[in-house]
Amino acid sequence: MKGYDLFELAVRNLRQSKLRNGLTTVGISVGVASLVAMLSLGVGLQQLATRRLAGSGMFDTVFVTSKQDFRGFDREDDQKTDHPEKAPVLDEASRNQMAHLQYVTEVEPEVRVMGEIAYNGETHFGFVTGLPMSARENEAFEDLRGKFFSGPEADEVILLNEFAKELDPQDPKRLIGQEVTLRYGERQALPVDSGDRPQFSGSPNNDAKANDDFGFSVVRKTQALKVVGIIQEEPYGGMRTVSRGRIFLPVDLTEKLNMAQFTDMRSSLRGGGKTYMTLTVRVKDPAKVAQVQDAINKMGFRTFSVLDATKSLRRFFTVLDLFLGIFGSLALAVATLAIVNTLVMAVLERRREIGVMKAIGASDRDVKRLFFSEAGAMGFLGGVLGILLGLAIGKAINVGTGIYLHRHQLPAEAVWIMPPWLIGAAIVFSILVSLLAGLYPASRAARLDPVQTLKYE
Amino acid sequence: MAASKPVRMTSTETSHTPPAVRAETVCRHYPMGGSVIRAVDGVSLAIERGEFVALLGQSGSGKSTLLNLLAGLDRPTSGSVLVQGRDLAKMSSEDLARYRRNDVGMVFQAFHLIPSMTITENVELPMRFAEVERTERAQRVRESLERVGLGHRLKHRPSELSGGEQQRVSLARALANRPQLLLADEPTGNLDSRTGEDILNLIRDLSLSLGMTVAMVTHERALAERFAQRLIFLADGKLVSQEALA
Repeated sequence: MKGYDLFELAVRNLRQSKLRNGLTTVGISVGVASLVAMLSLGVGLQQLATRRLAGSGMFDTVFVTSKQDFRGFDREDDQKTDHPEKAPVLDEASRNQMAHLQYVTEVEPEVRVMGEIAYNGETHFGFVTGLPMSARENEAFEDLRGKFFSGPEADEVILLNEFAKELDPQDPKRLIGQEVTLRYGERQALPVDSGDRPQFSGSPNNDAKANDDFGFSVVRKTQALKVVGIIQEEPYGGMRTVSRGRIFLPVDLTEKLNMAQFTDMRSSLRGGGKTYMTLTVRVKDPAKVAQVQDAINKMGFRTFSVLDATKSLRRFFTVLDLFLGIFGSLALAVATLAIVNTLVMAVLERRREIGVMKAIGASDRDVKRLFFSEAGAMGFLGGVLGILLGLAIGKAINVGTGIYLHRHQLPAEAVWIMPPWLIGAAIVFSILVSLLAGLYPASRAARLDPVQTLKYE
Repeated sequence: MAASKPVRMTSTETSHTPPAVRAETVCRHYPMGGSVIRAVDGVSLAIERGEFVALLGQSGSGKSTLLNLLAGLDRPTSGSVLVQGRDLAKMSSEDLARYRRNDVGMVFQAFHLIPSMTITENVELPMRFAEVERTERAQRVRESLERVGLGHRLKHRPSELSGGEQQRVSLARALANRPQLLLADEPTGNLDSRTGEDILNLIRDLSLSLGMTVAMVTHERALAERFAQRLIFLADGKLVSQEALA
């Protein structure tokens, strides 16, 4: 029998008992709706969580530390490192090497120094953080008032709003364009005498960075800076730094000024020139983060990215989706039984009709396919109806949570998101499940003996 | 017309051409409880091309079972049923379905029309199974219905027709795929004698004009004698006697 004839006969058979088949179809649609609603909730919650993380603007970033230094975020990884004392250090050479890796756009040290800002005759203490120029393109800088740094070594500063209020409690905005003075500690290498011993007195030797093998002095310096911007919240949601920075300088400027960091203590112990505690590697495309991480790991360093942080989060959501899926499938399982029931009834009711069809030339296969088509048609209809029902439920959930969030003075968030793939997948799944349910009734119909069914009663 | 028998070749004259259907010691036994019911028990017969035979016997004589065996609706327990040199007993169920669809037309005592379908749809149904093109179907439905004298009421359901009309529709359905063998199981059983005669007249005319072989099961000997060319008597599943009518 040809496809369209099969379809036509299936539809006309379904229409013969509208109520029963209609109820079964509604049953399927409720099953599909509950499955779709549950999965969409899972998707929505996951997107909500990752949206928060993505807002931190850190998805394209890899943090690199040396295995010689303090233990990292991944304890298992630490235990795997047999000889941390032999691990490479983050020096200028390895920084260059990383900068030349594929997909890497920039490698910046993490700069965090103590500083004081003098303004209007008063000094205010705060941590100074170096920012790379790329931070401007980041969504982390969306709430910047004023401008970003004009150049990588510009004598400019961006202040945290909270700090700016300290400087000018009346109107912090007035600070933009003003000049302030930064007091900081400069790291100065010690000059070396002919006996290779450091000289502790005398004039400091600025251009002998490589010679601070034996130690360095920290000398108080000042630098005039122009305030160009005020930022509402710390960039990257404060996730990048341990101590909260309040004063932001171009990272290249901090390097040019040779500001002394806490972590310099570590490299002075080690000797052998300037090393970094942490390097921040920025990747062109968040999708390539894992690849870059791999490459840096191969160089012998420890890496960390938000990808690692979201790994456990994604595992959690996989489990959640699974549970929601199982829960949602229950209704569909019940609906499947309804299909089996309906079709078995139909086979019993149409015994004679099946016999007649066989007598006038229908093969067992034709009969089987006919019942299959009926099951499939109910599955398809149920799937489509279920999607519509699911959309309505989702809308209700979103409106409901919106009202709840609004009452708690929170912005509305969509916790229920139906991705397009789910629509297609749900309909296909519904048809497949219905066909599965049709398996037994269809083969039962195909097996009917026409002689028995046609006996004159 | 009904009274005068048309002149036909007798079976002896056509013995050089192979018969349309030949049964060779066909048995159909059913296990029933501990015993075996021998519905058809070693029947051998040949029906010539274009012949009109009547299978006669008491109820339970096995005539309907024999008809079902010829129709390929049932399989013999032993023996063979040969059609065009092929043994139905050895065919796959798919091939049997094809045989029923293309080579056999069936008419039943209870008409067995599908009540939810219109007259047109009922006649069209076998053509759906035979995968006849849609455009050709409409024409063949009309043609078949005209042959049985039903050119109108095409959109009616079977229940809106009289018994005679319903049997005509079922005859039209049997003709839809242009079979060479028409098998009728008590076609007049549910009809009054006047209408029954009309139907048998129709069957004989169709057999003549289309060259169709007809095997009819009946228990009304008088009717069989008027329309059939040969009477085959069955009792207890066995062929008892045959009677050729000149």
